[in-house]
Amino acid sequence: MVTGLTGTERRLALVVLGMLSLIGLAMAVAGRGDPLAAHGYIVLVFSLGLGSAVLSVVFAPEPPASRLSEYYDDPTRVGIILALAWAVVGMFVGVWIAALLAWPELTFVDSAWASFGRLRPIHTSGVIFGFGGNALIATSFHVLQRTCRARLPDQFSPWFVLIGYNLFCVIAATGYLMGLTQSKEYAEPEWYADIWLVVVWVVYFLIYIRTLQRRKEPHIYVANWYYMAFILVVAVLHIVNNLAVPVSFGHAKSYSLFAGVQDAMTQWWYGHNAVAFFLTAGFLGMMYYYLPKRAERPIFSYRLSIVSFWGITFMYMWAGAHHLHYTALPQWVQTLGMTFSIVLLVPSWASAGNALATLNGAWHRVRDDATLRFMMVAAVFYGLSTFEGSFMAIRAVNSLSHYTDWTVGHVHAGALGWVAMITFGSIYALVPWMWKQDRMYSPKLIEVHFWLALAGTVVYVFAMWNSGIIQGLMWRTYNDSGTLAYSFIDSLVAMHPYYIARAFGGLLFLTGAVICAFNVGMTIRMAHRRRKAEVDGDVPLYAAPGVTQAGE
Amino acid sequence: MKEFFHRKIERNAIGFVLAIVGVASIGGFVEIAPLFTIHETVEAAPDMRVYTPLELAGRNIYIREGCYACHSQMIRTLRDEVERYGPYSLAVESKYDHPMLWGSKRTGPDLARLGGKYSDAWHVAHLLNPRDVVPESVMPRYGWLKRNPLRIDDLGEHLAAQRAVGAPYTDAMIENATADARGQAVPDSPESSGVTERYGEATNVRAFDGNQGVLTEMDALVAYLQVVGQLTQAARQETAAKED
Amino acid sequence: MAKERHDPATGRCTTGHEWNGIEELETPIPRIVLFFLAVTTLIAIGYWILMPAWPLGVTYTKGLLGIDQRKVVAKQVEDAAAARAAWTDRIAQASLSEIAADPDLMRHVRETGRTHFIDNCAACHGTGGTGGPGFPNLSAKAWLWGGEPEAILETIRVGINSAHAETRTSQMLAFGRDGTLEREQVRAVAAYVRSLSGLPTSADNKALIPAGKEIFSANCTACHGEDARGNTDIGAPNLTDETWIYGSDAQTVFTTIYSGRQGQMPSWESRLSPVDRKLLALYVGTLGEDRQ
Ligand code: HEC
Ligand code: HEC
Ligand code: HEC
Ligand code: HEM
Ligand code: HEM
Ligand SMILES: [Ca+2]
Ligand SMILES: [Ca+2]
Ligand SMILES: [Cu+2]
Repeated sequence: MVTGLTGTERRLALVVLGMLSLIGLAMAVAGRGDPLAAHGYIVLVFSLGLGSAVLSVVFAPEPPASRLSEYYDDPTRVGIILALAWAVVGMFVGVWIAALLAWPELTFVDSAWASFGRLRPIHTSGVIFGFGGNALIATSFHVLQRTCRARLPDQFSPWFVLIGYNLFCVIAATGYLMGLTQSKEYAEPEWYADIWLVVVWVVYFLIYIRTLQRRKEPHIYVANWYYMAFILVVAVLHIVNNLAVPVSFGHAKSYSLFAGVQDAMTQWWYGHNAVAFFLTAGFLGMMYYYLPKRAERPIFSYRLSIVSFWGITFMYMWAGAHHLHYTALPQWVQTLGMTFSIVLLVPSWASAGNALATLNGAWHRVRDDATLRFMMVAAVFYGLSTFEGSFMAIRAVNSLSHYTDWTVGHVHAGALGWVAMITFGSIYALVPWMWKQDRMYSPKLIEVHFWLALAGTVVYVFAMWNSGIIQGLMWRTYNDSGTLAYSFIDSLVAMHPYYIARAFGGLLFLTGAVICAFNVGMTIRMAHRRRKAEVDGDVPLYAAPGVTQAGE
Repeated sequence: MKEFFHRKIERNAIGFVLAIVGVASIGGFVEIAPLFTIHETVEAAPDMRVYTPLELAGRNIYIREGCYACHSQMIRTLRDEVERYGPYSLAVESKYDHPMLWGSKRTGPDLARLGGKYSDAWHVAHLLNPRDVVPESVMPRYGWLKRNPLRIDDLGEHLAAQRAVGAPYTDAMIENATADARGQAVPDSPESSGVTERYGEATNVRAFDGNQGVLTEMDALVAYLQVVGQLTQAARQETAAKED
Repeated sequence: MAKERHDPATGRCTTGHEWNGIEELETPIPRIVLFFLAVTTLIAIGYWILMPAWPLGVTYTKGLLGIDQRKVVAKQVEDAAAARAAWTDRIAQASLSEIAADPDLMRHVRETGRTHFIDNCAACHGTGGTGGPGFPNLSAKAWLWGGEPEAILETIRVGINSAHAETRTSQMLAFGRDGTLEREQVRAVAAYVRSLSGLPTSADNKALIPAGKEIFSANCTACHGEDARGNTDIGAPNLTDETWIYGSDAQTVFTTIYSGRQGQMPSWESRLSPVDRKLLALYVGTLGEDRQ
């Protein structure tokens, strides 16, 4: 892959890695006696390792100019593999923490890193940023080129984004193990990781805008509206919510610029819109390409796409206050959060409906093709979780659901049913294209994965609906005397069976993800075998390098 | 016509970018900026004090261990919460909380009124193994807190950073941060008088982990847990006033 | 780029654009979408008019209904208290023995006391009141400060060794650490104390019992009494029964005598209302029955 870079790009890579290793060294030195130093060493080893890989081929022959007549897909291929690796890790930790809530002694070791509070953000960041983020980056590079009919502007910056982003994820996850967290949900990494992500993100944005500027299509396709909204808004959210003052340049620890009620509102403005623009807009972009492509159907309604895109972009940003109903946040903000969440249902269902109506005329394919079925079910769960979300945003409902497992059930209806399913569907569509195969290694295993994923999601979500609603009701049930009928411990004991069920559902889902990773791995092997045969047979690598390949 | 208009924007990448940023910025701005300008957002509480260095260190351990993942510190304005946990939380109570720890999940009970509810010895026993004292608990054990000595040499820097983001620490507090941390957990030490001098007579000065010998992370965490909801009495007064 | 095309499956035209094979249909926005957009927007506007909603510089619109969540909950709590007054007033006025004799009131005590007890006391005393190492068993009727409901009520109000100004105070002295007794002597008196409740003792320790008895008379009777049955005026436990706060094994008893003890029970005066404390005092009295 490094040999795909031009000589200039290789030298640029060396310079950047050299600078990064200096930063790592500086962190290691400045952070003596602080966990920051450990991160310094990780950055140092990481950049030196990559640097030596680049160095080993720096004088290798340059890639042929014919590469410019093909799309640049190497980063997408690696991104898919990274996404699946994070999926397995993140969901394994998910199953682990689910088990810890059912059997708290399952920690094995009396070590800080293995305790629930430190593992939980590894799960959330691992699946959202590791799995989801890599999938978004990988697919966005693919979709962007196909829908612009333009190659990525250069070959270095996509690698910078992909690898830089994964460095961020590694810093985040290892930081949690060491107890480094800003405690803001979904924004836990500390200040230096936050700064690094800004750098990566700016480059990501530049790739996007540069490719769009070079597009050969007059119009920008809907998928790119969503990917762009994802990139831009996440940047704004990330920067504002992570404003903080480090204790010193030698400390990993920092203190949030905001306090109390302002901090809470900023955090949930961020937290809610991380859902909206990371877990929703980005994946809608994915859906808008792979679903019509796989179904071979035109999008049901262009005009509906416009309404739902701008509706989502505008209204989501008002909804964050629904995470703070009845709290010390002034009630007027809660009102705005609630009302916008209700109106938001309309554009949300409009996008879900647009996706499902696109399948009109292709339902027989949905029946026969598990890959397309993944995408169809994702759209259904998207509709379901947005309906649930708008419902939970109503103050009276939230008074019951907030703080309970109902929220966790809602999260996973969205995360498993929507985010993970649309990603798996897209990966199954994309992998054969990327590795030039007619199909995945085993369509049967896709079918098995589909049913495991669906069963896992249903078990998980029903378990949490049950436990959440029971919990919420127990907390507010009054006896004949007019006093609270149940103690907190009573509610805790009542959760136990549901926690076991959830761990089981999660295990099914994780098994599916492992099968997916296996299937993708075998497909790649198949491709290498075939390529080897071709090379042995002295056949040119790709018989006819073209701008598009069939089916992409 | 609408489509016509939109077909134009979707041909212009830069225009599209600006449109997204513009449309998406409105909501956050309207909801967040006024929280700094509307006077009644944060109630007045003259008795409100900042965390002592030891309590702040404890709060950082609370964050480090991810206690907020299971515990809220925000009693909502709902009858059942007020009757179970005590007066609903006020904004002023987390005025100096950088970051706030209101939480979003109650796997364990709310802790907003925890300070003073249990004894230090109970907290130590509970943190060492929650199931020793509450057999039904699913909370993790935190054995290392009692083993790890507390890092206090850099607490002055922590206080200075807190001041940079708005917590009103004085120069004297910053200068004496390390000594105050030791003084608060070692009541027999000469440093302990400075703690009440700077942070008020009501400040707890005790061997929180039951051992004056070594200053441990347990000392700091328990010191913090014992002041959660105790930095101001405003919440109790507000509801008391209502009852009259 | 494709030109506008007729899609046979839906009967609609495409927009004429195509991206790597993806087309879009020129379907008008379904009426129902616009309808729900209008309905939800109207709901929102109506809600804004009625409730606090829009910021205006240094203030905000208060809404026609004048609702404020803090006033609402204060009223709810007040109304609920008023609704409970039918029986809570009787609890407030009646003496503890009168309540105990009234089955109707005791029903309220059991119902309400249980939740209060588990939410506030069970952390130390256990959900069934059976206690744990360092925290006394309240269901065993082996009282430190006496078993009358009045004594229990006072304990709950002021606590033991608590921060309350009128707290009950008690302390088991650290005879070993303070140097009053030698290690051997502590071992001896520990052996003696354990023998009082008939605990099995090793042969070595048995030999120490007579010496222990002497040490006990000299040092311990002031608090625990000649007969070692304790003293409820100063919270000194009975050492002849089967209940132990800290544990009955030889090592624990040794530690108790060597290092002393000063258990802490928080005061609940500022946390629980007088009625709630009364309920709890009586509920604590029922703990033993629960177990049977
Ligand atoms: C896995 C979830 C979980 C984590 C993480 C957790 N707790 Fe808990 N906590 C609980 C549960 C469940 C209870 C209720 C049972 C009990 O008292 O142990 C509880 C109870 C408590 C209580 C008693 C509250 C009361 O009013 O009775 C305190 C204090 C407490 N936890 C502090 C902490 C601290 C400090 C940390 C972090 C160092 C922490 N918890 C981490 C689940 C958790
Ligand atoms: C922080 C732990 C803790 C909590 C919470 C607690 N207690 Fe106690 N309680 C103790 C300890 C320790 C003692 C014994 C003190 C001693 O050893 O002298 C005690 C003693 C008592 C006694 C005296 C027993 C006797 O034999 O005289 C009563 C009654 C009592 N508690 C009731 C309650 C009630 C009712 C509550 C809740 C409202 C409660 N306790 C909450 C720790 C606690
Ligand atoms: C100053 C009064 C006082 C004196 C003198 C005293 N005790 Fe105690 N003792 C107490 C009190 C009070 C407690 C309960 C402490 C607590 O609950 O925290 C206690 C508790 C104990 C216990 C623990 C009982 C249990 O249930 O775990 C033992 C054993 C004991 N004393 C033995 C002795 C012996 C032996 C001596 C003499 C060498 C002695 N005490 C002298 C006041 C005293
Ligand atoms: C194998 C499947 C999974 C299992 C077993 C699992 C389990 C869990 C558990 C136990 C929690 C903690 C809940 C609590 O604290 O009570 C959690 C939280 C969370 N998980 Fe998962 N999870 C899985 C997959 C996923 C995926 C695929 C995603 C996202 C794409 C995801 C996103 C989240 C988020 C965002 C939270 C935080 C929820 C909140 O704070 O309300 N999970 N998960
Ligand atoms: C119209 C769309 C949606 C609305 C209005 C909405 C609303 C809500 C509400 C009201 C909560 C509970 C807040 C609380 O009580 O603490 C919540 C939590 C959450 N939702 Fe949604 N939701 C929507 C869609 C989604 C989707 C598609 C996902 C995708 C995964 C998602 C992920 C989450 C997450 C992760 C949380 C937990 C936040 C936390 O950590 O507390 N939501 N949402
Ligand atoms: Ca961060
Ligand atoms: Ca959460
Ligand atoms: Cu939300």
